[in-house]
Amino acid sequence: MKRYSVFAIAREAMSYHLGWERAWAAPQPKKEYDAIIIGAGGHGLATAYYLGKNHGIRNVAIIEKGWLGGGNTGRNTTIIRSNYLQDPSAAIYDKALKLYEDLSQDLNYNVMFSPRGLLMLAQTHHEVRGYLRTVHANTLQGVATEWISPARVKELVPIINIDGPRYPILGALYQARGGTARHDAVAWGYARACSAMGMDIIQQCEVTGVRSENGVVKGVETTKGYIGTKKLGIVVAGHSGQVADMAGFRLPIEAVALQALVSEPIKPCMDVVVMANTVHGYMSQSDKGEMVIGGGTDGFNNFTQRGSFHHIEETLRALVETFPMISRLKMLRQWGGIVDMTGDRSPIISKTPLGNCFINCGWGTGGFKAIPGSGWAMADLMARGEPGPLAADFNMWRFREGQFIDESVAAGVAH
Amino acid sequence: MLILECPYCGVKAEETELSPGYEAHLKRFGPGSSDDEFNDYMFARKNPKGVHFERWRHAYGCGKWFLAARCTATLEVFGTYPAQSSEPPADLVAKIKAKRPDWSGYK
Repeated sequence: MKRYSVFAIAREAMSYHLGWERAWAAPQPKKEYDAIIIGAGGHGLATAYYLGKNHGIRNVAIIEKGWLGGGNTGRNTTIIRSNYLQDPSAAIYDKALKLYEDLSQDLNYNVMFSPRGLLMLAQTHHEVRGYLRTVHANTLQGVATEWISPARVKELVPIINIDGPRYPILGALYQARGGTARHDAVAWGYARACSAMGMDIIQQCEVTGVRSENGVVKGVETTKGYIGTKKLGIVVAGHSGQVADMAGFRLPIEAVALQALVSEPIKPCMDVVVMANTVHGYMSQSDKGEMVIGGGTDGFNNFTQRGSFHHIEETLRALVETFPMISRLKMLRQWGGIVDMTGDRSPIISKTPLGNCFINCGWGTGGFKAIPGSGWAMADLMARGEPGPLAADFNMWRFREGQFIDESVAAGVAH
Repeated sequence: MLILECPYCGVKAEETELSPGYEAHLKRFGPGSSDDEFNDYMFARKNPKGVHFERWRHAYGCGKWFLAARCTATLEVFGTYPAQSSEPPADLVAKIKAKRPDWSGYK
């Protein structure tokens, strides 16, 4: 792999930019691998990357039924934060945030991480109490967040209307280190680094079955034939239940649609990320100038990658009151993704009833921000066969034991 | 826009008038059952990509709970029936089977 650098740009400029090589290879599957990851989204690719980088396991295939980064990695609103209430969540999301901070250097690929600061608005008295509690929890966890006044919110976000009347701004939970990154670049950067380590990224290859012997995984049936493996990692977000079914176990997960939309591009007007959980709306401005807006999830099982229109209407109606200037904006594109929701709104990174088969799922509406930390913890679990400190609490048996990591209360819905 | 006909009042209600209640026909396990049974009842869900039986409430109408058969992959609605049903009516199952020959059936 040729490194990207300012010198590479200069060199290529001399030769009409004809010398750039493909970022990743497109191999045919081998007969057997040391590890197979199902799902070449952010989490799957990050898992493969840290398997190679941290654990030296490089005979790895990442199998993807569509194209890499084409699922929720390419469909989210790119928000990165780690201001969670529960200790296990804060640990893994803050690990991810720290990895994001130098991910571009680590991958030699510009993921455009922009720690522009993130506000979670408190618009009811319940939220004020909830966020004050989160600030105290974050202080104990060593995650730097602060509670800021409405006046300070107005200073950070001049386009905001703090007076209400329906949704007045009573303060905000502020994480200065939070921000956004270029979502596709995260997948592409990991993919390029995995390919450079000799891993096979096999796109357009759907897994149709999981083969096992004496309770231990042996390989996967795919549309490109049978592929053997010593270890299997299932990292498929919305379709986790379907793949788990092939592997012979059930998950405490339901798949629902979550929507986002972007406006036409406008001049820079907001240089922070704003989340308003009471009205299920969050907004940031992309480098292209589009206002990127996320909404709430539908309340019913859905695999169609399109959501209900009334959620867009509800989200925009509320955001127009909070940001009056967006009332004239035209919305350009709208899309949906299938998110895998657990009962406690926390992910699952776990061993499974099938030997040497591991699962990473349940990220629900908030997976993008966790990609590096999730991959780090999943790679550790797959390499050693036992969960490390980041993953231990996120095992799939926590529901049975009543040891929830309850972020549904802490995070509201926008998560 | 999802539209379901309430089997009680006969109103064709769109989804803003309804509250979703997720998977229907859960067999309840309580005191005296095994941990596995209780865990499955509380947390494990079928979550199929295809035919799904689920609970809905006509929240901004007659207020009653009812059940619906719906396809989660296409959003097609097969039919609705009263909540006082321990399993889907036979004619509805036959109708779904005719439309979805690959469907493994209600179990």
